[in-house]
Amino acid sequence: MGPTNSLVSWIDERFPLTSTFKQHLSEYYAPKNFNFWYFFGALSLLVLVIQIVTGIFLTMHYKADADQAFASVEYIMRDVPWGWLIRYVHSTGASMFFLVVYLHMFRALLYGSYRKPRELLWILGMLIYLCLMAEAFFGYLLPWGQMSYWGAQVIVNLFAAVPFLGPDLAVWIRGDYVVSDATLNRFFAFHVIAVPLVLLGLVAAHLIALHEVGSNNPDGIEIKKKKDLATGVPLDGIPFHPYYTVKDLFGVAVFLAVFTSIVFFAPEMGGYFLEHNNFVPADPLKTPAHIAPVWYFTPFYSILRAVPPMLGSQFPGVLAMGAAVVIMFLLPWLDRSPVKSIRYRGSLYKAALALFVVAFLVLGYLGTKPTNVWGQFGPWLGGADRATVVARVFTIVYFLFFVLMPWYTRVDKTRPEPERVTS
Amino acid sequence: MKALLLLACLLGPAIACGASEEVRLYRANIDLRDAVSIQRGAKVFVNYCLNCHSASYMRYNRLTDLGLSERQISDNLIFSDAKIGETMTVAMREEDGKIWFGVAPPDLSVIARSRGADWLYSYLRGFYRDASAVTGWNNVVFPNVAMPHVFWKLQGIQRFHIVEGGHHAEAHSELVLETPGTMSVQAYDEMLRDLVAYLAYMAEPVSIKRVRVGIVVLLFLGLLIVMTWLLKREYWKDVH
Repeated sequence: MGPTNSLVSWIDERFPLTSTFKQHLSEYYAPKNFNFWYFFGALSLLVLVIQIVTGIFLTMHYKADADQAFASVEYIMRDVPWGWLIRYVHSTGASMFFLVVYLHMFRALLYGSYRKPRELLWILGMLIYLCLMAEAFFGYLLPWGQMSYWGAQVIVNLFAAVPFLGPDLAVWIRGDYVVSDATLNRFFAFHVIAVPLVLLGLVAAHLIALHEVGSNNPDGIEIKKKKDLATGVPLDGIPFHPYYTVKDLFGVAVFLAVFTSIVFFAPEMGGYFLEHNNFVPADPLKTPAHIAPVWYFTPFYSILRAVPPMLGSQFPGVLAMGAAVVIMFLLPWLDRSPVKSIRYRGSLYKAALALFVVAFLVLGYLGTKPTNVWGQFGPWLGGADRATVVARVFTIVYFLFFVLMPWYTRVDKTRPEPERVTS
Repeated sequence: MKALLLLACLLGPAIACGASEEVRLYRANIDLRDAVSIQRGAKVFVNYCLNCHSASYMRYNRLTDLGLSERQISDNLIFSDAKIGETMTVAMREEDGKIWFGVAPPDLSVIARSRGADWLYSYLRGFYRDASAVTGWNNVVFPNVAMPHVFWKLQGIQRFHIVEGGHHAEAHSELVLETPGTMSVQAYDEMLRDLVAYLAYMAEPVSIKRVRVGIVVLLFLGLLIVMTWLLKREYWKDVH
């Protein structure tokens, strides 16, 4: 027994090192037929680590003070050695986090990964997504540019639309009557400690839940149903380590090539990752002509704008926006199809999913633009903004995808699932 | 007040619609690898802009990026008693700026990142004589701007002229150079190009280094992609 082995056994007598490693890596059996869509879970974890590490270094130089915040970001960009790189990695990382998480969630829609027995896994994932939205929202105020400031103002004012409690609630959130130094400091606290703590806990729970029920796969069948009788290992399962660790290494390398291409050659991403107006310091007295959230929030922002105010209140729009996120929690119970994977579903589900994707993308695009971007309809529609009408139609499509799901997944003509995974 | 702010926020996008008259912008065609152009722009900047506008995130000695020595910077580009390691500040106080111009001249450190090079170039070309304006100058890109035409002696005096629509052309407006300045039109445009190149450089001094580092990083990652692919293929040989 060499010195390494004796050290490991010394630890194993005091801490479940080897058994934990086996349980979660070398003897965690994942289906062997993972495809492209199965990279994004591991990549989300990678981006989380990138955000935490760059975030720690940014915190060392950033000043959470309304008078100094904007200047401290420029100080990081100019005077802190390699500060520009750390800042760009962090700002690009925010957008890439949402990109990989959206692709990860879309994978679940493709292959029915939220279905029994993975309902809790899906709910934990949705909670992570909620946390991520909060994290992005709080973090976006910190550079203290015009978009930071007015974006926060608009979102906090959504809470002011809540009947009766609203205005007091908004003051309570801001700590002031307008977004101010008090707001900046509390958002900083939320961004660097409160939300990340919850996020990390949820990610751990998400992984524990995953390893309890086992991974789904592109065929949507349970590999645990067909086990080797002698070893008890699923016939279609392979150890996550080393097979998927080396495969994910390749995925990581490709992903990093995309990531660094943005960081080094287009860190603003044409104004979508770093908005032009955010290079103007926050000015509480000057409302920008056009306020748009960053791209990852725009589908929901579109839904907010699409719902007309009722009884002089914006609250219905706020409710619709909230519902657009919350309704995703219900997916495991809305889907009544006898099969999980899109490979064996019928044309109804495929059409519904395609429409949903189109709706999400169009709403996302429209959310980045002012509502007159496509001009107006003629008098026959009261001269309404074309973009607003389109956003309303796609808002309805968005919700119908969920509301009609129990119906169209049940009547859809499905094909029989295979006994074993296909390649 | 709260209600007003809420209204402003929710209507913000709607207001934007009404006001967005698109102005045609000229292409600035700047080249950030042309250090000499940026050096000339720096000279214009410290001579003309840095009296009212600060660039308070930009240190003088950062200009060594452009191949200048600290000595050259001190002798040619610093007119105040600022030390070489200090940032480009101005003596004008914000309150005075507000009284004199109606609005304090904005800091220009990152102006090229919020406005864009083409906007700045078109804006600096777009001044015309307007007797009704407070300063006597107006601008086609930024109507009723508080800033007077600082380069008028160089560019000369332009007038706003509306061309009637005919059979072949739609009605449009144009600027006509009425009184030529000390510079030819071409020389003036070249000078503006240099200035805008400097503003773009100053907005992100690391931009050239950023691209250079990026190429090295991508070359490395290209190699890593090949290696990890081969590794994956080797490991997966026994998966059937």
